[in-house]
Amino acid sequence: MGQNAVNAIEVEGLVKTFGRLRAVDGVDLSVPTGSVYGLLGPNGAGKTTTARMLATLTKPDAGTARIYGHDVVQEADTVRGLVSMTGQFASVDEDITGMENLILVSRLLGFGWRDARERAQELLDAFGLEDAADRQVKTFSGGMRRRLDIAASIVITPEILFLDEPTTGLDPRSRNEVWDIVRALVASGTTVLLTTQYLDEADQLAERIAVIDHGKVIAEGTPSQLKASIGAGTLTVRLRDPEQRPHARHVLEQALGVSVEMGSDPASLLARVGDTGNVANAFSDLSQSGVELTEFALGQPSLDEVFLTLTGRPAEQDEQPADQSGTEEAA
Amino acid sequence: MSTVSPATDLPRINGRLRSALSARSRPPRANAVSASVTFGWRAVLKLKHVPEQLFDVTMFPLMFVLMFTYLFGGALEGSPRDYLQFLAPGILVQSIVMITIYTGTVLNNDLRKGVFDRFRSMPVWRPSFLVGAMLGDLLRYTIAASVVLGVALILGFRPAGGVLGVIGGTLLVMLFAFSVSWIWTMLSMFMRTQESLMFASFLVMFPLTFVSNIFVRPETMPSWLESFVDINPISWLTTATRGLMSGDPNAGDIGMVLIASVALVAVFGPLTMFFYNRKE
Ligand SMILES: Nc1ncnc2c1ncn2[C@@H]1O[C@H](COP(=O)(O)OP(=O)(O)OP(=O)(O)O)[C@@H](O)[C@H]1O
Ligand SMILES: [Mg+2]
Repeated sequence: MGQNAVNAIEVEGLVKTFGRLRAVDGVDLSVPTGSVYGLLGPNGAGKTTTARMLATLTKPDAGTARIYGHDVVQEADTVRGLVSMTGQFASVDEDITGMENLILVSRLLGFGWRDARERAQELLDAFGLEDAADRQVKTFSGGMRRRLDIAASIVITPEILFLDEPTTGLDPRSRNEVWDIVRALVASGTTVLLTTQYLDEADQLAERIAVIDHGKVIAEGTPSQLKASIGAGTLTVRLRDPEQRPHARHVLEQALGVSVEMGSDPASLLARVGDTGNVANAFSDLSQSGVELTEFALGQPSLDEVFLTLTGRPAEQDEQPADQSGTEEAA
Repeated sequence: MSTVSPATDLPRINGRLRSALSARSRPPRANAVSASVTFGWRAVLKLKHVPEQLFDVTMFPLMFVLMFTYLFGGALEGSPRDYLQFLAPGILVQSIVMITIYTGTVLNNDLRKGVFDRFRSMPVWRPSFLVGAMLGDLLRYTIAASVVLGVALILGFRPAGGVLGVIGGTLLVMLFAFSVSWIWTMLSMFMRTQESLMFASFLVMFPLTFVSNIFVRPETMPSWLESFVDINPISWLTTATRGLMSGDPNAGDIGMVLIASVALVAVFGPLTMFFYNRKE
């Protein structure tokens, strides 16, 4: 399509206000073609609002957004032909069956009745939903609903897929399934914009991440750049014998090259590590020097830690619930 | 085996997923007609899966026919059977026109759902969503009309206009109902709750259907009331339908109904589209 030179998504100074609230407050983004781009932020950060503007569902108050060079406001119809959106709150019809949902979407995209049915069946099989094909969607589990929702978004494989918090509320297994689907999609050439509240999800899937808070992008980069800026995580070590703590601390500092804190528990040591490669060395150094351990754990930095590092304050939850059904005039 | 969510082994799914994704053939865009028909199909599916919806369109008309025939029949026309000859076309008008209120409430509810966002983010002819909903309504009207006319015939309604007259009258009522439904469609674009929309609609429809010539002949009313009844389009529709069904169609009456229908669509159609396109 000759779209190699152009970024899949190009956003400049995007603003959306609801009354006095600036839900999206001057966001700039450049999303290269063929990658997963993560939009990471806490409740109320403006992730959904941003995604909705890019999917032509909400008009921006200021700024521009282009999908393969097409303006989301001026050329909305062209943009709709390039993107698909899986909303945060199920964008499938609860009253009808899984099969009927997919036939419906296929028909609306131009398939004849017979082709629509075939495509629907193919997708149900591909997403492991064949047994639930003839059940009303309201009887689906959260994971099944998500899969159906994504299936509906790829009836025609879109150039860009927006996935708004696709794994929130899913158990680890369903979450892994969704991750696999996203990877398969990207392998087939689709660009994915993924919003999430989980750092590890963005880390697992995204090639680049924008951290968004109060409608502003507060950090942008690859997951490793981002993690380097905040440390890969916290190493927690607990000793069998608290007496050994000063010695163990010295060994750890040598191996990790960072300062090691004494925990409030007299047997524990804590270190924020930047490079997880050294952690294995630290472990063998400790055991060689005769230190007995009861715990040796590397924790991923949480979104909280990211925010603490980037903004100097913890990620706060939005006071109002961010529900969709118009609190418009309330503002 | 229990019926937990289907066991999914990922490698198998991934293989199928890849082939499902590689099917990149893209059909030409759906045209306006096929998109509208598809949304109409969706409305029919909803009736199939949520048959409670049919309760309103069948039980109310049924109740109205029985109640008014036996309650007023003796007093107004000497016998229920005689009154029914006068009432049946009118009660058809009342039932169908009342059902148009559901268009608005169903739509209002639909517009708030996540699936509406999906439709809006797809490259389909925008009004097809509304047209499809109205096609679904035609099915509702047809069911309600069958109930009313069926019961009336059983109770002794003998229209002199014959089958053609009855069908003609019913079509006229449906056309008018379709036009009226644009009012509720428009209101559904900005009413906050289904309840408030329902309330507003009833507030308009109750006086319009009762202060008409559906139940009583206007000659018996005080003159100020009679003059209202005479300018009430529901009265025009009732008169025209009675004419058709009794084998005495009046072009003037039918013409008035057609003009009113066109006027309703001409005013509320564009207004609806205006609010619909602005919706976020
Ligand atoms: N239609 C609306 N009317 C009024 N305020 C809104 C509307 N939509 C969103 N907001 C507000 O805008 C802010 C950003 O909301 P948004 O839904 O984009 O956040 P989010 O990052 O997606 O959060 P979450 O993780 O909870 O989904 C919130 O404060 C929310 O309450
Ligand atoms: Mg959100």
